Amino acid sequence: MIEGIGILSLTIWVPIVAGLLILVTGGDRNADGQRAIALIGALLGFLVAIPLWTGFDASSAAMQFQEIAAWIPLINVHYHLGVDGISMPFILLNSFTTLLVVLAGWQVIQTKVGQYMAAFLIQSGLINGVFAALDGVLFYVFFEAMLIPLYLIIGVWGGPNRVYAAIKFFLYTLLGSLLMLVAVIYLFFESGGSFEILAWHKLPLGLTPQILLFVAFFFAFAVKVPMWPVHTWLPDAHVEAPTGGSVVLAAITLKVGAYGFLRFVLPIVPDASHELAGLMIALSLVAVVYIGLVALVQSDMKKLIAYSSIAHMGFVTLGFFLFQPLGIEGGLVQMISHGFVSGALFLCIGVMYDRLHSRQIADYGGVVNSMPRFAAFFMLFAMANAGLPATSGFVGEFMVILGAVKVNFWYAFAAALTLIFGAAYTLWMYKRVVFGPVANEKVAAMEDINSREFLVLGLLALCVLGLGLYPLPVTEVMHASVNNLLEHVAHSKLP
Amino acid sequence: MTPLNLTPALPEIFVLALACVVLLVEAFSKKPEWSYTLTQLTLVGAGAITLLTAEAGKVYAFNGMFVDDLMGDVLKLVSYAAAIVAVAYSRAYLSERAMFRGEYFVLVLFAVLGMMVMISASHFLTLYLGLELLSLSLYTLVALQRDSMVASEAAMKYFVLGALASGFLLYGMSILYGMTGSLELTKVVAAVEQGSSSLLAFGLVFVVAGLAFKLGVAPFHMWVPDIYHGAPSAVTLFIGSAPKLAAFAIVMRLLVDGLHPAVGDWQQMLAIMAVLSLMIGNLAAIMQSNLKRMLAYSTIAHMGFLLLGVLADSYAGYSAAMFYVITYALMSLGAFGMVVYLSRAGFEAENLDDFKGLNARHPWLAAVMAMVMLSLAGLPPFVGFYAKLTVLQALVGAGWLWLAVIAVIFSLIGAFYYLRVVKLMYFDAPHANDLAPSGEADVRALLSLNGLGVLVLGLVPQPLLALCAYAIQTSIQ
Repeated sequence: MIEGIGILSLTIWVPIVAGLLILVTGGDRNADGQRAIALIGALLGFLVAIPLWTGFDASSAAMQFQEIAAWIPLINVHYHLGVDGISMPFILLNSFTTLLVVLAGWQVIQTKVGQYMAAFLIQSGLINGVFAALDGVLFYVFFEAMLIPLYLIIGVWGGPNRVYAAIKFFLYTLLGSLLMLVAVIYLFFESGGSFEILAWHKLPLGLTPQILLFVAFFFAFAVKVPMWPVHTWLPDAHVEAPTGGSVVLAAITLKVGAYGFLRFVLPIVPDASHELAGLMIALSLVAVVYIGLVALVQSDMKKLIAYSSIAHMGFVTLGFFLFQPLGIEGGLVQMISHGFVSGALFLCIGVMYDRLHSRQIADYGGVVNSMPRFAAFFMLFAMANAGLPATSGFVGEFMVILGAVKVNFWYAFAAALTLIFGAAYTLWMYKRVVFGPVANEKVAAMEDINSREFLVLGLLALCVLGLGLYPLPVTEVMHASVNNLLEHVAHSKLP
Repeated sequence: MTPLNLTPALPEIFVLALACVVLLVEAFSKKPEWSYTLTQLTLVGAGAITLLTAEAGKVYAFNGMFVDDLMGDVLKLVSYAAAIVAVAYSRAYLSERAMFRGEYFVLVLFAVLGMMVMISASHFLTLYLGLELLSLSLYTLVALQRDSMVASEAAMKYFVLGALASGFLLYGMSILYGMTGSLELTKVVAAVEQGSSSLLAFGLVFVVAGLAFKLGVAPFHMWVPDIYHGAPSAVTLFIGSAPKLAAFAIVMRLLVDGLHPAVGDWQQMLAIMAVLSLMIGNLAAIMQSNLKRMLAYSTIAHMGFLLLGVLADSYAGYSAAMFYVITYALMSLGAFGMVVYLSRAGFEAENLDDFKGLNARHPWLAAVMAMVMLSLAGLPPFVGFYAKLTVLQALVGAGWLWLAVIAVIFSLIGAFYYLRVVKLMYFDAPHANDLAPSGEADVRALLSLNGLGVLVLGLVPQPLLALCAYAIQTSIQ
């Protein structure tokens, strides 16, 4: 333990303080200064998160870097932070993504620059809080508070239909979280007056309460993931959000839902999870297969990637409810990989949108002729999205499919269809946008990526390849925690 | 016969005396500025006296007609603070509309006095006295803008319906008197404990109906939107904040102090009224285009939530309700304060559309309003969340799980219209009719403090929560 402020607190509060600092520097007159503060804040936020990785003890499943302090003693709420192998990688992923988003919005955003940057930084801190919180109320506070900046990001800097998308996004996700609030309060009383999530893991519960709790948590997290059939907010939100908003949405906020399943649902209500695993697997497979087909027919690139996100997240939930080490670890790897790949794809679409102001596939064609360097990056990320071996997209999917084979061949068969559909919709889109004859003179006039864009996409490309070629460091970190989780899930909590 | 002990009632006596002085100052000096300063000083002075005479435990005075306890002290202190803030916000608004006159200040002081008496009542008569003093002052305040048709109509409605509600309350009290033979709450509770009867339930229905009217919960809510909408914004600001504290206090005095043995009966009534209020308040608020009217419906929903805390019937529930009403007063002051602050001579910033694009012109004001709105919606990290959390916690703790689920579902519906205000301020292009804040810098600072208070209390809710819990524990047997 480090004296004073702990590392986890720093990862939460450094970005938030930087965001507030930007807000007090005033309006657009000071845009350059605000960009600089945002970059420094994001960079610092990432740097303070690095010790989490270097100082992490991968052999232990216990919570590490714990910080605990009384917050609202009257109702026994603590400011309790800590990470294990499941949550730690996501704090790094989030801090890293924030850095990219700040860079990506550098020139594109010209109005209300300060508020834009501040919203992303504050949101980044809040999301780190979600992953680090070990107290039910603290988790809930971060979980809901993170909606506010994203609501503003979509609504203020979004596309033409942004108001509808922002409100739909907000109400959808709020519906889920409010039911979770009741569940959290219920658990407080069942556990004899404790909001400690870790104490809830050990709490014996009857089957009926478990199922009700499962339903409440399911609404909260399934909406966030999003699972079919509560996914309908995501395509709207993605299409209308500015590029940075889409990146954060796809790369991070979706992961919060999946993370919730691992932190709350599986360990707190294991019997209900087993009971309802069939349903969850069915919903996941519907997402993988049906949403994959839906993605195929999209004419809007952002919408296509949004649907592909839902399909990929279906893989994640499928992996979780197999109750297999390979499945859960595969799901986690898939989450991280999807964070890189979907973020990168949204950034690629953003790069094209900045030049042509269209997201319609039909408006493009032959982009490779004017933007060769960009086309190369885009190709890599498209391949990763399709799950090509040696990219990160392959590792997670392969692990989940292996896990599924052990449980039921047909699960694995249905899940493996994604390798076909994923390749189909991604590569077909890629072909129509990048190859072929140059569609019009606007496309011909597009300039290739500049060094800032090169940096952002290059960093992501390194991550995608790194995770694809050598995933061991990441899975190693998760190993102990995942095994510990599975042990929890294997034991019935019925009294 | 105990010797006359005036100490518990010192703040009331002080406010009464000073209110009379304000009346004279106005009559002789013709300088409303003096009345303004004196009013604020009176409220501050009353706060100081209340603080100095505060002690844990119940002290009765005037033969048990009057009680001084910590719950009362806290509620009184918040009432003074709310009145101070409301009067400060209203200054520019009133002087632009020729209402910046002594009557306003005298009426505010008498209203505050009425609230103080209500808060400290431990006898049906005292309670009724305080209630009528408050109500009559408020009726007059609503009608203060003499040449406004809307305001006069609102005042008439308020008066007629208010008188009816007072009649209900009196009728209920008289039945209880007939049954128990006493008007004193401590004796009533002892008599009621002897055995309940259908007569008790009959009287209780009328008492609860009267209280429900004063709180403004469905189905006795009809007056709320009209009065909030019709009254001058500065008066709505006042009505929307401090009187809710007093209404909460009489609910506690009557139902919890006086009629606790009949808890099973009133719990059911409160449960029905709470659900109705949440439903009507939240659904009707969605359809409003006038911000004052929208906030009026939202008040109905909030008071429904407050009842949920009371009906949980535990220390946790009562203190949650108390926390709720205090934080509600704070948020209500912020919201109506913004309406008042943005209005200028000849222009009322009371339509939702007037707030369009506020962020583009006045980012800080938009931020303050957004914080207040998100807090009213019950979103963390703002204080409104903890108000909801503690009430829900008390409900679940008392086994009312289904009520808690209903409450959160209506909170979701409620979030929609608060978010719409945020949407108008942030997402929409500025309105042609630019809002030019008329108030002075000190009002702006106060408003900022009000907004930040919503955030700071949300980050550090423990002190206020603990204070409420302590006050309830020492005041409720």
